[in-house]
Amino acid sequence: MTSLIPFLLYAGIFIGSFYVVRFIRHRTAIRDYTSLKTVTFGDESAVRSNRTASIISIVTIFFMWGTFTGSVIVPSFLHMPGPYVGDGQFDVVVQAPDGTKDSSTVYWRVAQPDADAMPQEVDEGTGAALNDTVLIRKYRSGQVRWDVNDTAKRKAGARIVEVDGQPVNFDHKRRDDNGNLVDEKPEIRVENATITFTDKGALSVSPTKGIQMEPIWLPPPEDVWTRFIEIASDGYQGSTLLEHLGYSLFRVILGFLCGALVGIPLGYAMGLSNWFRGWFDPIVEFMRPVPPLALIPLVIIWAGIGEAGKIILLFLAALWIMAIAARSGVSGVSISKVHAAYSLGASKRQIMRYVIVPNSLPEIFTGARVAMGVCWGTVVAAELVAASQGTGMMIMVASKFQLTDIVIMGIILIGIIGFGIDMLMRWAERVLVPWKGKG
Amino acid sequence: MSGLSIESISMRFDLPDGGAVQALKDVSLHLKEGELLSVLGPSGCGKTTLLNILAGFLAPTEGQIVMNGHTVLGPDAERGMVFQQGALFEWMSVRENVGFGPSMKGMPKEEKAEIVDHLLDVVGLQDFKEKAVYELSGGMQQRVSLARCLANDPDVILMDEPLGALDALTREKMQSLVLKLWKETGKTIILITHSVEEALLLGERLIVMAPRPGRIHKEYELPFADMGVGQDLRDVKKHPEFAERREEILGMIWDMEEEIMGRTEDAQ
Repeated sequence: MTSLIPFLLYAGIFIGSFYVVRFIRHRTAIRDYTSLKTVTFGDESAVRSNRTASIISIVTIFFMWGTFTGSVIVPSFLHMPGPYVGDGQFDVVVQAPDGTKDSSTVYWRVAQPDADAMPQEVDEGTGAALNDTVLIRKYRSGQVRWDVNDTAKRKAGARIVEVDGQPVNFDHKRRDDNGNLVDEKPEIRVENATITFTDKGALSVSPTKGIQMEPIWLPPPEDVWTRFIEIASDGYQGSTLLEHLGYSLFRVILGFLCGALVGIPLGYAMGLSNWFRGWFDPIVEFMRPVPPLALIPLVIIWAGIGEAGKIILLFLAALWIMAIAARSGVSGVSISKVHAAYSLGASKRQIMRYVIVPNSLPEIFTGARVAMGVCWGTVVAAELVAASQGTGMMIMVASKFQLTDIVIMGIILIGIIGFGIDMLMRWAERVLVPWKGKG
Repeated sequence: MSGLSIESISMRFDLPDGGAVQALKDVSLHLKEGELLSVLGPSGCGKTTLLNILAGFLAPTEGQIVMNGHTVLGPDAERGMVFQQGALFEWMSVRENVGFGPSMKGMPKEEKAEIVDHLLDVVGLQDFKEKAVYELSGGMQQRVSLARCLANDPDVILMDEPLGALDALTREKMQSLVLKLWKETGKTIILITHSVEEALLLGERLIVMAPRPGRIHKEYELPFADMGVGQDLRDVKKHPEFAERREEILGMIWDMEEEIMGRTEDAQ
């Protein structure tokens, strides 16, 4: 049930902000042409990405992240209930083997894992059963061997018959023939904790955990940021962050360039010659749907886990995409342009240089964008498998040590770089082939 | 022998389903230098095939095209083409498009610039010299096409429905421009169209083609092109002979279309 809470909260923010924004918009509406359209459902041109929604969406992600990790980026009154940190106590009644009862108190304290915390200092009291005190780390539970300081020991048959005023019927000595417990283990709720028993009759104190995520599963944003600063300056696994990213980028660019260098001429040849088209069509069409990741094992067998293997893999990832892009770029040239060029006296070489190549550039750029995206995904995956540097290797090693903050940092960096590559390609496309889609 | 001769051209090709198409049958025609010929006919009469053969993009199965004493074997700069639309190079500016032919010949820059400037003046696009062609309207783009073709100084200009995609007003302006260019340059022009009015206005000679197989059905000598050089095209259209010819040819094409429809229905 508790795992549904984030989804419900997210859906709530989604719907709530929609109505809030609509209400505000309604009062400050801009009467542009689109706003006057009565048919908007199904009119693609009337659907424009709502900037406000995008901003709220990003803010919401960080809000959710912060509120479920108790982060400093979210004011503490907006935090989800976190694990209990502090002191607590409850009374127990111990029954000695001879039937006499005595009551004592268990004091417990939950402390931050890194603090030099001490258990509560308590007066042991008097009587057969003395008071106990226990220190529990945040998110964990603690065991209370309550009989250590008592005269009546568990081994001798002493047991707890009452917790926090509630009678308890649990005797760990009562076993069936197989040695299994006969009594069901009771679960007693006290303030800020749940008390259960171990198989040997000791108490187990589980403080309330709340619904925040433990840093080991999801660290708060500031931890990821701190880790980013730390790795950016000190490095991780023998290389600086820039080196890790640089290696990945270097592999992508080199692999992509090799792929383009072979793929584009191959695509041109396939677009211009029957024989080439017939010869390479089966190969290209077969290799295109094979995910590059499926080639990793074979590439490792053939070329090892070094740089060569990765470059070959990325070369193969880019090759087919570029070949197909160049082929369709050539096929896409309108015959009247070619005819016009011929009747203006152009030679075959001039047709190639002045008509076919520029005409295919938009397609090639589209292909290059796709290929760069695929290469970036593939390099990270290849580094996950085996590498001594690289972004993928960094997060793979970190995950083995449960360094979730490094893993998340790595994923964010991979996303940012992938996005950056795409933006760069789009920009290059706008600058270099402004005629795209204008023919 | 100067001029352009179409010598009993036939064109027949196989279809994938085993049938064959007789696109043209025994078409012969001689054009004198500086003649303006318009070709008219219902769809499927082979007029575009004829133009493609003239340009050298298709080889006829029988007969030959003879130009300036030699047989046409492929496309050549001596025969310029103006297409309906979309044949401009959108990666080049207006100036580069017009200068394409001279560039291919390796003409010196200054000489080329002079030609381009002159032609842009003629078609009235001097102000759009550095614009990208996709920024121009359809009519302007066709002006660029005309200028590009003229820049190469071809002996014959082949026009494949060059004004077909333009709106009525632009079309009329362009018709005047074509007549003006024809008179000023003295080029031989062959124009394919399926507008009867356009064929009458822009043809010293007009041939009406008939389909299945494509052949020349009727030939006219017309005065309207010469009249149109000096006066408003709308006045030419008011001429009683113009109306008479238009009705005659429309009726002719109408009959051809009827016949095709009838034949198709019989076949079904």
